[in-house]
Amino acid sequence: MTKKYNGLVAVDGIDFEVFKGECCGFLGPNGAGKTTTIKMIHCVLPLSAGVLTVAGLNVSEKPREIKKMIGVAPQESNLDPDFTVLNNLLVYARYFDIPKQVAFERSKEMLKFLQLEEKADVIISQLSTGMKRRLLLARALINDPQILLLDEPTTGLDPQARHLIWDKVRNLRKRGVTIILTTHYMDEAAELCDRTLIMDGGRIIDEGSPVALIKKHVGGEVLEADYDEAVLKALKERLPGARLEILGDRVHVFTDQPHGTFERFLEDFDARGAMIRKANLEDVFLKITGRQLRE
Amino acid sequence: MNRAENITPRLAFPSLTYRLWKVWRRDLDAFMKTYQVNFLPPLFEPILYLLALGLGLGSLVNKTIEGISYIQFIAPALISISMMYGSFFECTYSSFVRMYYQRTFEGIIATPVSVEEVIAGELLWGATRALINSTIVLAVVAAFRLISSPLFILIPLLSFPVGLMFSSLGMCFTALAPNIDFFNYPGFLFITPMFLLSGTFFPISSLPPAVEGVAQVLLPLTHAVNLTRGLILGRVDIGLLLSFIWIVGVTIVFFIISINLMKKRLID
Repeated sequence: MTKKYNGLVAVDGIDFEVFKGECCGFLGPNGAGKTTTIKMIHCVLPLSAGVLTVAGLNVSEKPREIKKMIGVAPQESNLDPDFTVLNNLLVYARYFDIPKQVAFERSKEMLKFLQLEEKADVIISQLSTGMKRRLLLARALINDPQILLLDEPTTGLDPQARHLIWDKVRNLRKRGVTIILTTHYMDEAAELCDRTLIMDGGRIIDEGSPVALIKKHVGGEVLEADYDEAVLKALKERLPGARLEILGDRVHVFTDQPHGTFERFLEDFDARGAMIRKANLEDVFLKITGRQLRE
Repeated sequence: MNRAENITPRLAFPSLTYRLWKVWRRDLDAFMKTYQVNFLPPLFEPILYLLALGLGLGSLVNKTIEGISYIQFIAPALISISMMYGSFFECTYSSFVRMYYQRTFEGIIATPVSVEEVIAGELLWGATRALINSTIVLAVVAAFRLISSPLFILIPLLSFPVGLMFSSLGMCFTALAPNIDFFNYPGFLFITPMFLLSGTFFPISSLPPAVEGVAQVLLPLTHAVNLTRGLILGRVDIGLLLSFIWIVGVTIVFFIISINLMKKRLID
């Protein structure tokens, strides 16, 4: 499917599938097309070309039916500042035709689930960023959705708030909710997602489980050391297949050689500031999307 | 894939369901949170106008206008003006705040409510503001004993289509507004001239002929003032019917245009 805005191609002919019950992450730098993709899934943006079906329903034919079974937590708060925390949920429930009594019980339950019970009667402007994000999640769950869309659910949150959200997302996944999230935090994707789709420039450039992607692109471990001509020369001799990347005054070395290669190198060669660490999704991401800033 | 499916027609009659009332209800709930403040301006402004212009300025106007005193002449206009202000400003400044700053519309269209229904709900709420405000002004006018016909009872019914017309006109500006300061333009180019020139504070016939024609035919408020004045004074003629038809026609056209423009703004 493709999305164009006034000649600008935001999503450029992507093709993907998300399976029932999985947590699927869209990873990508700013402007990669993640949010646009999310908005097309919940029928807010029409497609410029292509076909998109959600639970077997075409988004351009059955938007209401699809929206009924989806919960959406957007990137930026669109909570209603005219109402309290509880009333935000009750007013939102009305848009789904949820009967008043059911809405009330469900709201209470969701506030409890996201540890916001004490804030029920507080006005939105008095909530912290973390609380707002939790309330957005509570609101997204008000219609008991089968599919949950989370657009950068933890951007800008402190570690405590982040872990609480992660915990809830895992909990929901266990209950069988299909989760689609976007993020540019690699640890978040690694932590939550069964599968990740890496987007850049409106295209999906690779996909797979976080572990498989790491293995495929950067191997198991990374050696970092201070930049030094002698070290560089030795590395090139001893590890001819390795990929070297010079970042400022540090050298990053990636290899698909088995575990222990870097240790043996360091036993023979004294590299200043040397450190061996596990390769992570961030290495994958920077390798395949490049290092230039996206603004 | 058939390409035609992806091209939205330029101007389509919006498909609407009962869900638009949920948007209307949201606005009503928000309004009721601060109803004390919301009821004050439509209560005090007409009192001030009736005192300052009706009694004060009116004492210098030594002749009757169309057979009535000056204060009787302006009282129905104040009711019409409150319909215009209530709905036009609701669907410009307030709708813009909900759309742009609060992202309320974005939140609602993620639910089974469609974008057309969100805008239609806003327009109906704007019309409801016209109803609320003008009914308060009507009560003030009644308290000043300026009503001379039982037909005044139809004014709340009239306020709804009049309000819907000004809501729809306002919403067109909202769809085109790059920022909130933009509303100063329709304010002084459209609303203020109407406030002064629509047969509100002096008969249109006092205007130079060229301006008179424009004010008589093209200014929406003129038709609302004609109707309100006719109902308050019990002077019913064919002109009122024409004014009513004019209002209904303009309302339908701009109701459709404003929803289409807003849909384009919110979705593309």
